[in-house]
Amino acid sequence: MSTLAKQPPQEQAESERANRTARRVKSERARGENRLGWMLAGPAFAVMVLVTGYPILQAFFDSLFSYRLTDPAARRFVGLTNYGVILTDPVWWRAFWVTTLITVVTVLVELVIGFAFALVMLKALRAVRPALRTVILIPYAIITVVSAFAWFFAFNINSGFVNPLIGQPDLNWFAQFSTAVTVIMLSEIWKTTPFISLLILSGLAQVPEDLQEAARVDGATWWQRLWKVTIPNMKAAIMVAVLFRTLDAFRIFDNVFIMTGGSAGTETLSFGAYRQTISRLEIGLGSAYSVLLFLTVVLICVGFIKIFKVDLGAARGER
Amino acid sequence: MDQQNYSTRQKALWWIAGLAIAAYCLIPVLWILSLSFKRASDLASKTFLPPVWTTENYDLILRGAAAELFLPALRNSIGISLIATLIAVLLAMFAAYAIARLNFVGKRVILTVALAVAIFPAMSIVTPLFNLWRNIGLYDTWPGLIIPYLSLTLPISIWTLSAFFREIPWEMEQAAQVDGATPWQAFRKVIVPLAAPGVFTTAIIAFFIAWNDFVYGVSLTSTQASRPVPAALALFTGASQFEEPTGAISAAAVIVTIPVILLVLFFQRRIVAGLTNGAVKG
Repeated sequence: MSTLAKQPPQEQAESERANRTARRVKSERARGENRLGWMLAGPAFAVMVLVTGYPILQAFFDSLFSYRLTDPAARRFVGLTNYGVILTDPVWWRAFWVTTLITVVTVLVELVIGFAFALVMLKALRAVRPALRTVILIPYAIITVVSAFAWFFAFNINSGFVNPLIGQPDLNWFAQFSTAVTVIMLSEIWKTTPFISLLILSGLAQVPEDLQEAARVDGATWWQRLWKVTIPNMKAAIMVAVLFRTLDAFRIFDNVFIMTGGSAGTETLSFGAYRQTISRLEIGLGSAYSVLLFLTVVLICVGFIKIFKVDLGAARGER
Repeated sequence: MDQQNYSTRQKALWWIAGLAIAAYCLIPVLWILSLSFKRASDLASKTFLPPVWTTENYDLILRGAAAELFLPALRNSIGISLIATLIAVLLAMFAAYAIARLNFVGKRVILTVALAVAIFPAMSIVTPLFNLWRNIGLYDTWPGLIIPYLSLTLPISIWTLSAFFREIPWEMEQAAQVDGATPWQAFRKVIVPLAAPGVFTTAIIAFFIAWNDFVYGVSLTSTQASRPVPAALALFTGASQFEEPTGAISAAAVIVTIPVILLVLFFQRRIVAGLTNGAVKG
């Protein structure tokens, strides 16, 4: 400002005019960039909103009706009754707790095994690293239904190799809840641990080596270095991996369908929604079920971000 | 991190750890492979390896009685997954280019929506789609699956590609133009080779996800007109009520696993980069 004041009036006016033009050019450029940005990203954005936003709104609308596909004439508005029916039904709560149990156990076990795998991959001899990376991707890439069948057949009382191996020829794993849910969780853990281990590995690779070195020089043991240096430095990577896996595990459906079909008390929330809609053709109740499943997932996600302060910027690759 | 001067004992330990991981990852796959070569009469032997090797299960699903169930499903799976991948990668390419190179209002909104769609429980939109598809005639058709598959393939494609595109040195395009290349040449000779690996990797990851789908496949189809392999496998039935079609399912499972294993074998380094770039970046 002080330099401007010293300029002769005419020059000052001119420089102001130049500033205004520059600003206008800049805002025009910004507008152009906005327009181009939305032209390029708009279609993808619209498709994403259409394929999820519209159906979930439709589900909410349908959930306000008592409507069974086999009896369309009897369709009538019932307000929030369907939600009341589901939330006072022990079947929903049982499915909720089964799903929660599967989610908590699998994610914790995956985290421990995944961490061990990541450490091995980080330290493995360079010659075997590509081979390790290949085998570790196989469970990730295999179809969930195929993995569910592999585990189902392995524990099957008529054809499985597991029973003779552990000397329990008469154990029917899928006849009671405890053993059935164990096999379901084993197959889920097997399939998804590689993904979590790769995320942890990429987090591990970002822990500064000199920090490790300094701790080593100061006489910290391997265990102390792990807890005091490595893990605190990769907390963001771990939390994002845990959030994604939690939400993914909460949707569990494929393994349950293949192994038990929801019997032996193993019905999960996703399976419940499937049963209401596809098997029983209860569009009203099924929609309410779907909306509740959706809200539960949103709640978990928000809770996670609030409690653990997960940095979603990291997840979006913005850092 | 590459202090590879291990003692012999340490080397042996890392080898054992590596082999343990390999065993963990491969045993269930080897088991279903072994099952696929077992005769129906040997299933009760419960041995890990077949006592007698046979290809009768493959005959059954490729030429025999189960072929009319399996082959159309295989065709549906390949076609639907490839189309859903192609559309997703194409849309994501434009979106990711804008996100990586332009500064525009709403960029964060797009990325947040992609994140929200990725965590969306697929089963939640099955009920409304089931009803809607039946009303407008999309139930049990290819488009009826391709459209919901986009909710699976598009968000991950946008992230993965945005992460890849952020790392492209875009200045090189101008540098080439300064050196006398036309804009088109600069784009084709400089940018396309730099961007192609990321696009290709994204396509592989999106394909895995579409190929894996079961929720939509089992809920939104009813016949072999559109039913994909995972759903067909789940609904396979034996020759009689008392006979489990274990061998046929195993053989079909092996066949649909082959493309996946080939992709992993050839592109493992890129797939790992794509998975970790897209999800976590620190």
